[in-house]
Amino acid sequence: MSLYRDEAVVLRAQKLGEADRIVTLLTRHHGKVRAVGKGVRRTSSRFGSRLEPFMLIDVQLYTGRSLDVVTQVETLGSFAQVIGRDYGLYTAGAAMLETADRLVEAEHEPSVQQFVLLASALRSLAGREHAAGLVLDAYLLRALAVAGWAPSFIDCARCGAEGPHRSFAVGSGGAVCSACRPPGAASPAPETLVLLAALLSGTWEVADASDERHRREGNGLVAAFLQFHLERGLRSLRMVERV
Amino acid sequence: MYEGAVQDLIDELGRLPGVGPKSAQRIAFHLLAADPVDVRRLVDALTEVKARVQFCTVCGNVSQEEHCRVCRDPRRSNEVICVVEEPKDVVAIERTREFRGKYHVLGGAINPIDNVGPDDLRISELMSRLADGTVTEVILATDPNVEGEATSTYLARLLVPMGLRVTRLASGLPVGGDLEYADEVTLGRAFEGRRQISA
Repeated sequence: MSLYRDEAVVLRAQKLGEADRIVTLLTRHHGKVRAVGKGVRRTSSRFGSRLEPFMLIDVQLYTGRSLDVVTQVETLGSFAQVIGRDYGLYTAGAAMLETADRLVEAEHEPSVQQFVLLASALRSLAGREHAAGLVLDAYLLRALAVAGWAPSFIDCARCGAEGPHRSFAVGSGGAVCSACRPPGAASPAPETLVLLAALLSGTWEVADASDERHRREGNGLVAAFLQFHLERGLRSLRMVERV
Repeated sequence: MYEGAVQDLIDELGRLPGVGPKSAQRIAFHLLAADPVDVRRLVDALTEVKARVQFCTVCGNVSQEEHCRVCRDPRRSNEVICVVEEPKDVVAIERTREFRGKYHVLGGAINPIDNVGPDDLRISELMSRLADGTVTEVILATDPNVEGEATSTYLARLLVPMGLRVTRLASGLPVGGDLEYADEVTLGRAFEGRRQISA
């Protein structure tokens, strides 16, 4: 029996049998791990509450034949409590968890950057540091960037011509100059592209000061960009409540 | 692989929740060896449950008639509705013998990752039940997990502006346990929901 210990964010929890749960974890060192939490649905379970989606945990597992088994759990960040009690945070958080689950496909392959990014985004969401919609869009853009699909919002994504540019083409990778502009490219407001660039780089003073109209336009572009690269839409994204 | 009917039975049993291929095989051979009268009773029970059991048109609980036993009972209060996720939660609450109101079964909890949104639950039916003003209190008894909590939050947002008393089941320490074994989330909830003791 090989035991290992890691930090993890709980991405999903599905019922299994009488009282067990299969949890999908995004761990710091072992990438995505699917494991069984035995008896965690019983009210007497000592770690059932720690194996809920959105929880940041320190977990000990042993390697099973198909699924690993959770043996011990300690809480590092109890984000589920706050997120579950605010519907806007819950829907935004669910979209983050689903994105992480989709972007990290292979199990047991380290994905440190995706883990750190998700844990920080959930901490920011639960701490209400910024508007939930902005935290979600910043997370989506950065998670895509870590996965190798970094969008460009200033310079032309095709020829590299110095920006800013007026057009945005999802398939081309972001902002495009007038020479590279493909048919059907969007023409968002310049402020929207400034907002998206700020979200990608983490310039929060610019993002927080942005206008509601540009945030709406920006999240439409982010959703289109995400859908293009994931090839299949996120189920939870359509339920995100944007205030 | 077994021949025809035996393999078909194993395949069908294997589709049941929590039944793996080995368990399916064990149950199939148990049925093969069982008394035909016992097997017939099982077949009748399965046929009967699909033919006669339906969902109560008022609360969504399982019922053999249009209205379930709870909705038909005139001794139960019409002023309090307890909202639960599944019919089995009704049974769990009935076992307490503490609640004398009516129920409303949502049919699940909001879970965006599994594509279950508010429109997939029996929320509009709940709102219709509240329209005539008879109900004064709604007890939100969804599961004490993050999906149940979010569903309660969503419902409370709809119900509180209607002037109803909206309550949520308390979370906390299990009766008969030791405090030192409680996890920090449960213990935190117990602190949050502590009550005053009058002498």
